[in-house]
Amino acid sequence: MMLALARRLRAAGVLGINRRNADFIAAWNPRHRYPLVDDKLLTKQLAIQAGIAVPELYGVIEIEHQIRELAGLLEQHGEFVIKPAHGSGGIGILVITGRIRKLFRKASGDFITQEELDHHISNTLSGLFSLGGAQDKALIEARVHFDPVFEAVTYQGVPDVRIIVFRGVPVMAMVRLPTRASDGRANLHQGAIGAGVDMATGRTLTAVCGNDVVTEHPDTHQPVTGVEIPNWQVLLGIAARCHDLTQLGYVGVDLVLDRIRGPLMLELNARPGLNIQIANRCGLLTRLEVVEREIGSLSTIDDRVVFAMRQFGIN
Amino acid sequence: MSNRHVYVLAALLVAAGLGLFLYKTVRLDFPLSPEVASNAWEVEVKVEFETHGNPVRAELRVPASRGPLPILNEYFVSRGFGLTTTRTENQRLAIWSRSRPEGLQTLYYRALVEMRPTADQAGPGRAPELEKPDLKGADLVAAGAILDEAQQKSADLDTLVAQLAQRFENRSAQDQNIALLLDRHSSARERVERIVEILGLADYPARSMHGIHLAQVGRGSAELSHWLEVWDRDRWRAYDGATGATGDMGDYLIFWRGPGQLVHVDGGDRLSWTMTTEPVQMGGLTAAASRERLFSPDLWAYSLSNLPLATQNVYRVLLLIPVGAFVILVMRNIVGFKTFGTFMPVLIALAFRETHLLAGIILFSVLITLGLSIRFYLDRLKLLLVPRLAAVLIVVILLMLTVSVISHRLGIESGLSVALFPMVILTMTIERMSVVWEERGPREAVQEGVGSLFTATLAFAAMSSTQLNHLITTFPELLLVLLAATLLLGRYSGYRLLELRRFKVLAGGAG
Repeated sequence: MMLALARRLRAAGVLGINRRNADFIAAWNPRHRYPLVDDKLLTKQLAIQAGIAVPELYGVIEIEHQIRELAGLLEQHGEFVIKPAHGSGGIGILVITGRIRKLFRKASGDFITQEELDHHISNTLSGLFSLGGAQDKALIEARVHFDPVFEAVTYQGVPDVRIIVFRGVPVMAMVRLPTRASDGRANLHQGAIGAGVDMATGRTLTAVCGNDVVTEHPDTHQPVTGVEIPNWQVLLGIAARCHDLTQLGYVGVDLVLDRIRGPLMLELNARPGLNIQIANRCGLLTRLEVVEREIGSLSTIDDRVVFAMRQFGIN
Repeated sequence: MSNRHVYVLAALLVAAGLGLFLYKTVRLDFPLSPEVASNAWEVEVKVEFETHGNPVRAELRVPASRGPLPILNEYFVSRGFGLTTTRTENQRLAIWSRSRPEGLQTLYYRALVEMRPTADQAGPGRAPELEKPDLKGADLVAAGAILDEAQQKSADLDTLVAQLAQRFENRSAQDQNIALLLDRHSSARERVERIVEILGLADYPARSMHGIHLAQVGRGSAELSHWLEVWDRDRWRAYDGATGATGDMGDYLIFWRGPGQLVHVDGGDRLSWTMTTEPVQMGGLTAAASRERLFSPDLWAYSLSNLPLATQNVYRVLLLIPVGAFVILVMRNIVGFKTFGTFMPVLIALAFRETHLLAGIILFSVLITLGLSIRFYLDRLKLLLVPRLAAVLIVVILLMLTVSVISHRLGIESGLSVALFPMVILTMTIERMSVVWEERGPREAVQEGVGSLFTATLAFAAMSSTQLNHLITTFPELLLVLLAATLLLGRYSGYRLLELRRFKVLAGGAG
């Protein structure tokens, strides 16, 4: 029975972890390129050089000593985001949406003190949130004011768009919508909603929350299907360029839509997760195989974007 | 990376591992299961004689070391004598010599002989040349008559030998032919030699054998007993010289074949010898290891059993870690279980070996639960990472001490074994679990904790199987096979079992 299920999954082109690791990550992502995406500071600098828009960087805390200067650094910013440079899976990201007297308001509405903020950064520096527990840096950057298009289907936090890019061709995308359960974070592990995206139009398809299929946002009760992402082709173009930037063959590009600045690149992931398949109700493998066959004829970024929209759209 | 490279490498590893394994099991008879105990006998020959200042040369016929009953170990003990050994097809001679010894001399030969139930003692060999017996005149006539009579009453070689042996053994006073060949007080040895001669007349190459039945000697002076071997078409067949019965020689240890005495001394007198045997129980493994030394000295010199005992014990544990690691590999990459840390469950499983499973699981859960609550409390103090880890470590050790003391008071001795858990591992587990708890919620944290514990239990089950234990410590080369399997699994890119459930929704619909 299990063999039959495995065969059906294979027929549906579903990509498993082992296969992703062996045939795509190990095969197409050269090890020495990892630091470019594992260190968010490096990624940011790289993107700025290449002219890709990113959230503005307010400052970097690299050693414990600098935490004392934190209060001064933050003085002029009412809202900001603190991120570990080497974090993964959204762990250790703290979003501050405002301040009242000496307290900082988190995206969830809870308040924390300056002391707790310092402690969070100190934890970040000592590697609590980094892969393998190595020394880390804390980035302080501008909070994104997301485009109103997702207003109705977001509970706090910032929705983002994850696009898987294989050898420069965007192959699959999803929108991640924070929920009350995810504490404002756009991470599927933590309870955010993942909605598949039609590659041709940028319109959302079905959505999953955890392992359940949902049609409306659990907190706002608005339909999550059929929301159209503006400037879809531009987003695909940025995603495709991120491949050229890093030379990673199999990469997940996380983008946000800022109300004013438009699409911003948040971070890159050299080991993007497989949940995107569930959100799209579609296997990745088939699309990856199509790219492997056709890649020879796709040289420019525009070629690849147009190819992706034509090839992987729903009808 | 091409799969073929991995396949070839894996095939080579399997071939090497299994090859050595088969050599040791088939050729050296290494026991496959731990229970097989091997019977062994210690045989001692003590030779005494007087000397008077002349050069002395003493010969002792000793068993062939690689005979049907293998000599696992032997010692030649003497004082002031030089020793050489020589061997021919029929005998192996130990020769002691000394230029001018005075007084009573004592020489010892001691051997550890293994009893192997399957030992086929006679069996094939080179076809011998037929030596016509040196019989003349009346002897020849008498022997011919005995042979004719025996041949008339027999159908084949077995019955012929039996007829002859019985005729000599149950001689009647009236049997003139026998009386002619053997005098009344003839020894068992002489009877066997006569039978050999008569068989020679019938064109059967035959030879006498001289040795002892290990089980029948016991303590005290042993009598040699005599068998004979007859070449039958393509193989030697053995017969008991006294009864003429054929077949299994069992515990018969052959000292030499054909003519000659057990001991011969030039330059000494008042020669006497005694032979004693004593049963020795030894583990099948010890016997096999000794056999390895005997048959493949090079292999033995580089084998585990040659290490000091303390080091061997360390390796007995170390060699099991790959087995545990393999279990983890299967559970994570094939089944898709989540565990804390990659090999943490192996270390927990190692601790289970000492604490026993149930007590281990309970202790582990108790410690982790207590540790977690302390860790959550410490979290409120806003400590830095390293001091917090150190604090948790200290708390863990205090907890371990408390558990030990309390369980001892309550008379639960298994609580003492908590000290065997690797505390750094416990600390890291608590830390990691609390982070997962905070970041991903209690469900995921408990899931990973239970996953780790379950995997550790499986690894423990594999590592504590006595059969597996025995196989790995006896045949470390099997790790090559394990390595090959690991390499192959390393190229496994199919679905994990739990992924089947995760992606189940995708199986039917879109494609």
